[in-house]
Amino acid sequence: MVTLKINDQEVKVAEGTTVLDAAKQLGIIIPTLCNHPDLCVAGNCRVCVVEQKGARTLIAACAMPAAEGMDIHTNSLKVRNARKHIVELLLSEHRADCTKCYKNQKCELQTLANEYAFGEHLFLDLVEDHAYTIDRSSPSFLKDDSKCIRCQRCVRTCAQLQHVSAIAVANKGAHMKISSFHDRPMSHVVCTNCGQCVNRCPTGALTEKTYIDQVWDAIYDSEKHVVVQTAPAVRVALGEDLGYDPGERVTGKMVTALRQLGFDSVLDTDFTADLTIIEEGTELLTRLKKNLVENDHSMALPMFTSCSPGWIKFIEHKYPHMLSNLSTCKSPQQMFGALAKTFYAQKRKLDPSKVVSVSIMPCTAKKYEADRPEMRSSGYKDIDFVLTTRELAVMIKQAGIDFRTLEPSHYDSIMGTSTGAAVIFGATGGVMEAALRTAYELVTGKPVPFNNLNITPVRGMEGVKEATVKIEGTTQEWRFLEGAELKVAIAHGLVNANKVAKAVSTGKASYHFIEIMACPGGCIGGGGQPIPTNAAVRQKRMDAIYSEDMHMDIRKSHENPEIKAIYEEFLEKPNGHKSHELLHTHYIAREAY
Amino acid sequence: MYQTGNMVKELADKYGRKRESLMPILQDIVKKHNYLTDEAMVEVATELDISAAEVYGTASFYTFLDTEERGKNVIRVCKTITCSMKGKNDVISTLEEILKIKVGQTTPDKMFTLLETNCIGWCHKAPAMLVNDMPYTDLSSETVIDVIKGYMRK
Repeated sequence: MVTLKINDQEVKVAEGTTVLDAAKQLGIIIPTLCNHPDLCVAGNCRVCVVEQKGARTLIAACAMPAAEGMDIHTNSLKVRNARKHIVELLLSEHRADCTKCYKNQKCELQTLANEYAFGEHLFLDLVEDHAYTIDRSSPSFLKDDSKCIRCQRCVRTCAQLQHVSAIAVANKGAHMKISSFHDRPMSHVVCTNCGQCVNRCPTGALTEKTYIDQVWDAIYDSEKHVVVQTAPAVRVALGEDLGYDPGERVTGKMVTALRQLGFDSVLDTDFTADLTIIEEGTELLTRLKKNLVENDHSMALPMFTSCSPGWIKFIEHKYPHMLSNLSTCKSPQQMFGALAKTFYAQKRKLDPSKVVSVSIMPCTAKKYEADRPEMRSSGYKDIDFVLTTRELAVMIKQAGIDFRTLEPSHYDSIMGTSTGAAVIFGATGGVMEAALRTAYELVTGKPVPFNNLNITPVRGMEGVKEATVKIEGTTQEWRFLEGAELKVAIAHGLVNANKVAKAVSTGKASYHFIEIMACPGGCIGGGGQPIPTNAAVRQKRMDAIYSEDMHMDIRKSHENPEIKAIYEEFLEKPNGHKSHELLHTHYIAREAY
Repeated sequence: MYQTGNMVKELADKYGRKRESLMPILQDIVKKHNYLTDEAMVEVATELDISAAEVYGTASFYTFLDTEERGKNVIRVCKTITCSMKGKNDVISTLEEILKIKVGQTTPDKMFTLLETNCIGWCHKAPAMLVNDMPYTDLSSETVIDVIKGYMRK
């Protein structure tokens, strides 16, 4: 432990604690920009400078470890002047068109400007002298270099959390910028569209590409029947943008709000999450049978999950030789889209060309996924528009809805009924748990041997999780699996996904089934979720997801009555002809850069 | 465009595949070919298991690790104050005239690229320029023509 003084108050902290965190313990706020709790220290923005008595220069509180006897002042004249100059210098190279900016009132630089740089500025505005590029090439996000303050949160995110490094620092001095490989458009590089950088950008330099206006247009068009689906992770995070603390479940209020916005039918991605479990579980068992019994290795093992479009793009770029290991199942969003303009339209006697399909996702990569040319199985664009959790919060505010006072309500039917197994898709390990709940029962006729169906070994925030499930008491059809140990692995965050993929690629892993989610924590930590997202917030959202599961009447996908009905009425059987037409897809090998 | 062939692999064998091997590999490629093609940068990234954007980021930081096409002879005229005051502009316009290109361009026969550079430490003998690694000093419109003609004959 070390003892130091900050603003004349004594504080004892563990060795290695930064001055910034020590100050936090005393309730003293030091402003930061480049600092982010998910990322390594960068110390490049200098906004957090403080005065250390006896030191020649000001020090960066985020990078300086507390030392015995330090005498720190965070609010001296010298500090305030320096901070003012630093913020003004940042602003001199930042296009401050705040009233037009998507990040207006959500911008960390704007907040600092409000505290330190109102009134006349000392420095020249250099923005007009620069030729900045705005990269609109990705369907998921915009990269506007004129708003970039080069704090490099995005660069560290892409490297540390995602092992992608689609962007890096290029050039030097006044020409320094955050660049893709040789300034190529973001749509033509290794970027997975995961949006983790968007979630961490302190300014409007990286923002999701918004489709709010297009959705309003569809709602106002009386000829259009607009259906909306909501992903599992949205219901445990939306509240954060509407005045609730992290971890509040707002499912019912969200449904009411969507209805008030004017959507014709409020449906649930969880329905197709249940459907995914049936299709993917069947696919896994088929792969096992082919490999273990029939000695047919055309369908590769281990099988990777395919729900996360960021992960799909990652493997397409980085491990194109392993595409046959990916489940051919579309993600729940795209299964929903394909069914909305076929099954749903038929049942509701609607002209599919008049159906507009909107999804609310915790994800920016879902916007990209919806745009993939493969995703037109219905004969139309299966999903027309994808909005993030953040965009939905904006729409709710635009409509003047007082979210807190809303009465909760239930999803519409058909395609609105779901189970606890579906809702846990939103957390890392959830797809695995849901799949095991169903597959085990299918094979043995008995529920998974875990207390209350809670398969705890696959839960939690550990980067890579492993579990083994022994299959015992199989029915006649699955006798070949008797006594077998199903080995599974779960990874979240692409840096962890890469570890598992590498182990599989080099033959060092002997798993059968692997769940991968591109974002840390799974979808609850998605790039489209409310800002800030960090470890503490992710944990609260995850707790909320599992509590949502516990509160569901049905907690196994195969017991969802609407799922049983759709197979009887429309799809016939899992992995059948119609399923393959609508619910399965293929993948594309892509360049490595 | 040059062909990278096995060059990158051989360089990685020579210098190793760690992050600190990046600079010597890039320097060797530039020594051989005057600049880094996209293809070469991607191959370096693959060999070192880092991203191509990181290779580009590193290369673009260093003036002498060019990522744009360069001719066989790269002329870098010092643009800093002393050389400017001692007639750098005349040197540039003479070069532009005889090479029929502007600063930043490469001749169609890929023999010469004309660039400006920051101070190269020859202020006492300004104006100065580099052709590849060779400094030429006390330049005038006349002497610079002789220098270039020498390279044209090579």
